Amino acid sequence: MEELNVDLTLVWAAIIAFGVFMYVLMDGFDLGVGILFPFAPDEAARDTMMNTVAPVWDGNQTWLVLGGAGLLGAFPLVYSILLPALYLPILFMLIALIFRGVAFEFRFKAKQSKWLWDISFTGGSMLATFMQGVILGAFIQGFEVEGTRFVGGGFDWLTPFSMLTGFGLMAGYSLIGCSWIILKTKDEVRDWAYARAPLLLALVLLFIALVSLWTPLMREAIATRWFSFPNLLYFAPVPLVTVGLALLMIRAIRLREDGLPFVCSLGLFVLCYTGLAISLWPNVIQPDISLWDAASSPGSQLFLLLGVLFVIPIILGYTTWAYWVFRGKVTRDSVGYH
Amino acid sequence: MDLDPLLLSRIQFAFVVSFHIIFPAFTIGLASYIAVLEGLWFKTGNPVYLRLSKMWIKVFAVSFGMGVVSGIVMSFQFGTNWSELSYASANFLGPILSYEVVTAFFLEATFLGVLLFGRSKLPQGGHLLAAIMMAVGTLISSFWILSANSWMQTPAGIEMRDGIVHVVSWMEAIFNPSFGYRFAHMVLAAYLTTAFFVIGVSAWYLLKQRSEQYAKKMFSMTLWLVAILAPMQIFIGDMHGLDTFEHQPAKVAAMEGNWETSRGVPLLLFAIPDSAAETNHFEIGIPRLASLILTHDLDGEVPGLKEWAPEDRPPVGPVFWAFRVMVGIGMAMLGVAMIGLWLRWKGRLYDTPWFKKVCVAMMPAPFIAVLAGWLTTEIGRQPWVLYEIMRTEDALSPSLTGGMALTSLIVFFIVYAVIFVAGGYYISKILGGGPEKEEAETESQGRAARPLSAVDSPFDAVER
Repeated sequence: MEELNVDLTLVWAAIIAFGVFMYVLMDGFDLGVGILFPFAPDEAARDTMMNTVAPVWDGNQTWLVLGGAGLLGAFPLVYSILLPALYLPILFMLIALIFRGVAFEFRFKAKQSKWLWDISFTGGSMLATFMQGVILGAFIQGFEVEGTRFVGGGFDWLTPFSMLTGFGLMAGYSLIGCSWIILKTKDEVRDWAYARAPLLLALVLLFIALVSLWTPLMREAIATRWFSFPNLLYFAPVPLVTVGLALLMIRAIRLREDGLPFVCSLGLFVLCYTGLAISLWPNVIQPDISLWDAASSPGSQLFLLLGVLFVIPIILGYTTWAYWVFRGKVTRDSVGYH
Repeated sequence: MDLDPLLLSRIQFAFVVSFHIIFPAFTIGLASYIAVLEGLWFKTGNPVYLRLSKMWIKVFAVSFGMGVVSGIVMSFQFGTNWSELSYASANFLGPILSYEVVTAFFLEATFLGVLLFGRSKLPQGGHLLAAIMMAVGTLISSFWILSANSWMQTPAGIEMRDGIVHVVSWMEAIFNPSFGYRFAHMVLAAYLTTAFFVIGVSAWYLLKQRSEQYAKKMFSMTLWLVAILAPMQIFIGDMHGLDTFEHQPAKVAAMEGNWETSRGVPLLLFAIPDSAAETNHFEIGIPRLASLILTHDLDGEVPGLKEWAPEDRPPVGPVFWAFRVMVGIGMAMLGVAMIGLWLRWKGRLYDTPWFKKVCVAMMPAPFIAVLAGWLTTEIGRQPWVLYEIMRTEDALSPSLTGGMALTSLIVFFIVYAVIFVAGGYYISKILGGGPEKEEAETESQGRAARPLSAVDSPFDAVER
């Protein structure tokens, strides 16, 4: 019998998957609020929408940095291939996040130039989301690698598939943002969000279907994994639960249960993420670099793991506390520090 | 013309880092100052502190926002432009940067939201806690970043296998030989930067004869602070220099503009270093002083730049001059601190117009000193990115083209110019409004807005 050995690399894959996932869920809804911003009924509604995320967006965004730094710490090969390969989409994403981030501070202090910061907030949210979707698409497609280096061109990421995932993610974040607005607001703003939710849900389902069909077509290994027997049975719950959640969400929208649509849209993200993991496992750079090929030294993984296992629960603790401090509906009269 | 991705990436990194460092240099100190103001408000209930805190929190929010976004850019740039360095050093730098994120970033980002928006939703103690957590977060963040930077300057606790860093002792690597000095030097610099900024703002209020109660409070508090910190900084800076002399002698030779290895080396006050001719023009110096400072012996031997092959030497001119700018400003700060003490002793602290004007004029000086200090240490370590392990030219991403590097450089340049102008404009607007604009009443949880306490009435009288 082999000694019981914890595979640090697997633990790290789980931690980074968790970090990226937290990012998608949390920054997802505040980016979504930014995407929906220009369609809001009036300026007061925009103020309210922005106030629902103003206290928490910065904490949400930090999960992205954790994903990046954790990747460098635990899977340096992935980091040093992905970042140069995605040079331009990352550049655009960062610029978008800059404009969006400063808009939170500047918009409420501006008078004549307020419209500029509106554009900066909403444009930043849209571009950042689109680029994240493009990055996801490029990641699914894979990269041209020799040894430990990316050897492709600067525009390899630009394909019809990555455009599709870009728009898909915009729809996804909009849905989660819309259900967040339902959860956090009252009266006209909430009515407005309720009226938009069904359309957004339909869009998201359409994109899920398109990406789910296109991905196996792109790579035979993925098709085999999903459609061979008995995998088909094991994985069948993923699409089935997706449909179930969508139905539940439609019902919640009709019955106006403010919290449930948000939970359902989070659930849809969980399922998409699971589906993706099933398709790509165990490769971390497509088509053929596995998690274990890309890992950093066990000593480094262990050193970081000890701290992370200790600190992440603390982070989750005070993050929960902060959300609790800002619990309840945001109304027109709730004022921030501005 | 061929676009050189190495040169463009170096310019880009230098530009982004220089832009970024201005904000932490300011916000590290400001976070602590706000925590102190909140603590005093908690303890004394004097609304002067509350209004001051409210005003500085707004300034903090704008500058912190700019610091965060420019910092995120840096962390990604590390991978996009310098992937070979990232890959080779990941076993150390990866965990260190991750520790910064989990121990500091989350703390700062989460409690910033609470600090900015939580005042009406929390009891006073909860809000004070948020202010303290912010201050602690900025210091933890500096700890990790300075550790990472110091390790690249004076690598320790590692061995190289197949061109990859492997950590053999985390303690030695984190607390590498230059870390302690660099950390203390940077944190003091940050506190001094904030202090001189606050001094300048309050001197300006005093000159304009407005917000006087507030201005005097700030002026007095921060002048006490610099009277302690300015001499301390000069002392720490000197120890840091000695440490550099031990571990990076080529850098010190460039700082001193010293070409020949010799005894009784003078301290140059002015010179124009000439790398091509390997000599200086127009030297003015104090005999033997460099030897005395570096070796504690008037006749001590100091290695000159010619000890190293030309391709292993740092660029001399920028290092030589950046160092002099930093030290010169440090001396000016000490001067202001001492004059402040003298005037206080004479009882003329608040009514010496020329001193107030000097204080206003000093506002940008610490920022320039911080930049000059970083230029000294970063240019001074060239041509190495990991000192004596990896050269800067070998650190570049192999797939990076000149066109891509130029595009991103131009984009960052434009974006930063826009947000810098906007940020500066809003900060000046907030400070122009003054602390009286900040309402002093506050709500506590479960209670309606509390009427102003009696202590507050005199301040309403001075409101214009």
